[in-house]
Formats: sequence, C-alpha cells, structure tokens
Amino acid sequence: MESVGNIILYFIVAIAMVASAFMAVTSTKILRAATYLLFALISTAVFYFQLGYQFLGAVQIAVYAGGIMVLFVFSILLTHKPNEKAAPLSQHRRRTGILCSVLGAVLLLFALFEMPLINGISLSEAIGGSAMITMTDIGHAFTGTERYQYLLPFEAVSVLLLACIIGGVTIARKE
Amino acid sequence: MDLSILWYLVPSVIMFVCGVYGFITRKNMVAILISLELMLNSADLNFVIFNRFLFPGSMEGMVFTLFAIAIAAAETALAIAIIINIYRSIGSTEVTETNKLKH
Repeated sequence: MESVGNIILYFIVAIAMVASAFMAVTSTKILRAATYLLFALISTAVFYFQLGYQFLGAVQIAVYAGGIMVLFVFSILLTHKPNEKAAPLSQHRRRTGILCSVLGAVLLLFALFEMPLINGISLSEAIGGSAMITMTDIGHAFTGTERYQYLLPFEAVSVLLLACIIGGVTIARKE
Repeated sequence: MDLSILWYLVPSVIMFVCGVYGFITRKNMVAILISLELMLNSADLNFVIFNRFLFPGSMEGMVFTLFAIAIAAAETALAIAIIINIYRSIGSTEVTETNKLKH
C-alpha cells in the first residue's frame, strides 16, 4: 500500500511529464519547446528520486537539465531570430506524424498490457525489498573489474568524451 | 491503491510517442534534436523502471542509464556543433534547406 503523498506526487509528475512532452513537440516557438523539454527532464528526475535512485536523479538534473539545456538554449539563441515562429505544418506531414505516433502508442501499450513479464509488485514493496544504493556501491560498480562492475565501459566513456571535445572544437572552429 | 510498474511505463510510452511525432513533423534541426532527447529520455526511464520493479536487488539499469546519459550529452554537444556550423554555411537550420550544402 502506497502512502498518499507518494500517489499525489506520482500524479503531479506524470501529468507534468506528459503535458510538457506534448507541448515540447507542438509548440511553434522553439525556445518554448526547449523550456518544455526542461520540464519533461525535471519530471523524469523526480521519477528517479521517487524510484529510489537519488544519485541518478542528481545526475539527470546536473547533466540534462543543467548542461544539455544550456547547450540547447545557446544554440537556439545563436541560430534563431527573436520571436521567430516555425512554419505551419503541411497537412500531409502532420497526418504522417499522428499516424506513426498513434500506431506506435497503440502497439506499445498493447504489448505492455499483454506482457507476461509484468509482476504485481508495487513500488513500496520493490523499494522495501532492496537495500538503499549508497555512493560506495556506485563507486565500486564503476571502478572494479569483477562481475557486475564496469571499469572498462567507464574508461570507454571517458575516451568518448575526449573524442567529443576534439570533434566539437574541430567542427565549430572558424576556418 | 498500488503504484505498480505499469503506472510508470505508461507516461514513458507517451513521452516516447511524443518524441516520434516531433521527429517526423518538425523541420528545424534543433527541434528535431529536442524530440530525439525526449525519446532517449523515455528509454533511460524504462531502464530504471525495469531495474526497480523486476530486479530490485541489483543496480544494472541505473548503471546503464548513467552511461546512456553520458553518451547522450556527448552526442548532443556534437550535434549542436554541427547545427551551428551548418547555420554558418547556409544561414538556416531547416532540414529542407540543407541541400544547399551541395552547391
């Protein structure tokens, strides 16, 4: 049985997430779309917190809502005139988009509700049945080479970030 | 009332199809990237939800989401560098205009 506060929080966050995701793809002003994306990302972070992954929620806010959103806002300001509106959608394109997304939603929801994998476990049982993840656990998972430890991918990500820095400098540099 | 796994997966599905809709209908490259972020975000959320509800004893979903976030950040930074470079070349970020890059 869930606490009432948890259920209320769930509904607020779920509605905010769905509404802002919808507005992010339908808003005609691009800066507003980016702002709605920010709200969708923050709602996701709140879901992470509610599911018991505090570190992941903090990373989501710091990297996505902090870093990536700044990149988006800067690139929008660099490439758009103020108050510029997107051109109206052609009927054909809108119809294709609605068809694809509704078809995808129906298929995915059908698969979800028919999935035999779903167990009846609730959130409080799932959180109560597992130990809280501490920073020590996360540190060990990232810096070990045993089973369920990920030193090699961790280093690969660092090389990827280095390649990304070099690539970004090379692409954006003036001739 | 219990918050079971479906309660969390359904908003994630809706966020994903919103991303698909935006990816198809948008013409501006930054807006397409925003839709892409939405889809990626819902995939990350799914990792975490499945980890929490189906395998509560382990934390592999969380670790994979951390890697996915790092890779998404790198990918977005590069994509934005490319978009700004395209804007510098042809003065527009609409995908319909990018065939000007040929000439």
